[in-house]
Amino acid sequence: MMFNSRNIIIGLIIFVGIFTFPFVLSAGKANEAPKLSLDTPVINELGTEECLLDTEYMRSNHMQLLADWKVEVVRNGNRVFVNDEGREFNMSLQNTCLECHSNKEEFCDACHTYAEVDPNCWDCHVAPEVVK
Amino acid sequence: MGLNFSLLIVAALILAVFLGVEALGLSFLFGVIIPYLAIATFIIGFILKVVKWAKAPVPFRITTTSGQQKSLPWIKDNKIDNPATTSWTMVRMALEVLFFRSLFKNTKAELVDGKKLTYQWEKWLWLAGLVFHWSFLIVVVRHFRLFLEPVPAFVTLIGKIDGFFMVDLQNVYITGVLLLAAVTFLFIRRVLIPQVRYISLAADYFPLFVIMGIATTGILMKYFYRVDVVSIKELTVGLFSFNPVIPEGVSVLFYIHLFLVCTLISYIPFSKLMHMGGIFLSPTRNMPNNSRAERHINPWNYPVKVHTYAEYEDEFRDKMRAAGLPLDRESSEAEAAATKE
Repeated sequence: MMFNSRNIIIGLIIFVGIFTFPFVLSAGKANEAPKLSLDTPVINELGTEECLLDTEYMRSNHMQLLADWKVEVVRNGNRVFVNDEGREFNMSLQNTCLECHSNKEEFCDACHTYAEVDPNCWDCHVAPEVVK
Repeated sequence: MGLNFSLLIVAALILAVFLGVEALGLSFLFGVIIPYLAIATFIIGFILKVVKWAKAPVPFRITTTSGQQKSLPWIKDNKIDNPATTSWTMVRMALEVLFFRSLFKNTKAELVDGKKLTYQWEKWLWLAGLVFHWSFLIVVVRHFRLFLEPVPAFVTLIGKIDGFFMVDLQNVYITGVLLLAAVTFLFIRRVLIPQVRYISLAADYFPLFVIMGIATTGILMKYFYRVDVVSIKELTVGLFSFNPVIPEGVSVLFYIHLFLVCTLISYIPFSKLMHMGGIFLSPTRNMPNNSRAERHINPWNYPVKVHTYAEYEDEFRDKMRAAGLPLDRESSEAEAAATKE
């Protein structure tokens, strides 16, 4: 037998409600991570689809790479990035990254919206024009 | 003893998940099965514990509170500390739950010159406790950006406010730092104050180490050893929508983080961390002190068979009279009534 069962039950219902609401909200929803589009004119012209570093590394660390580039370029005045294979690249978001990935909406924004991150790249940099 | 034991257990847990995922490839176990078991244990265990507590009767109001009880109209009563009505009791409870009012009254007792007992201002425990709990809450709410798709607006808003400060091109969540700092303070306090250390058990250190582990792995993933957030969100959204998947490229750091969280939540119903529910059942806080205005009868009182003095006298009147003992009545009520007629 419970004492004050009315209050206890109300409290437990609130508890269960709070801790199951993510399950309730997601019930029956499909789980689809964004698929990144590599369908841009420049990438299509490349023989092999490869970034300056390997894809898995780039997926997790692109923001760190960009932050490091910013320090190299702005503070040290060095604009040359040498990748693992010894190839040289111009350290530039607009002229290197976005040269290939000119589809900001299907590339950058797809994940950033999904993971709810709001990078401040475009506060200063010019976003590529959407090619229609 | 308790300290080393707890540290060892947490280290073993971390090692287990590291080996399990990296060497044995048990990512489905650590990424799907254990989280579901942990959530079920948490919710069911929590309910059973509260139901068990609710079976214990708490009939009596605690009258020794730190405020003047409501009595005569010209005596000013302390409505919050000694509430006489349910609504003022709710105010007292709300202040307790949200701002730890009892802990705010904490003082430090010390012997000066070996004989004078002094009580000193001590708010650091309250402050660290408050910072810790509120940071933890905000950190949990913020995590819903990785649990739900689409992300609710209030989660985004909290994340924006929390990430107001920017260091080296990225937002640093203040609550993450505060959480780790506060839990570290609470741990150091426990170890450095001899009296507190003396009463500390493994059950006190263990949750602190688990929470430190969770905060540390979280901070490592966010700022230092970057992980593929999109894969992780795919995993968590899969859990919450009951379509579990183990995507490629989820870092082992994430599995450690997740496993420690699972450890923490499944540990809650069996531990002191049940104060999360227990605070609402604090007898000294949740009952209005109206014992002068209302009569509260002990619920486990059973009908007691009594033998009154009048009945006793009726039973032994002749013997008492013979022995010369004083009698309340010279004859029983029934006899008296009969003689009158």
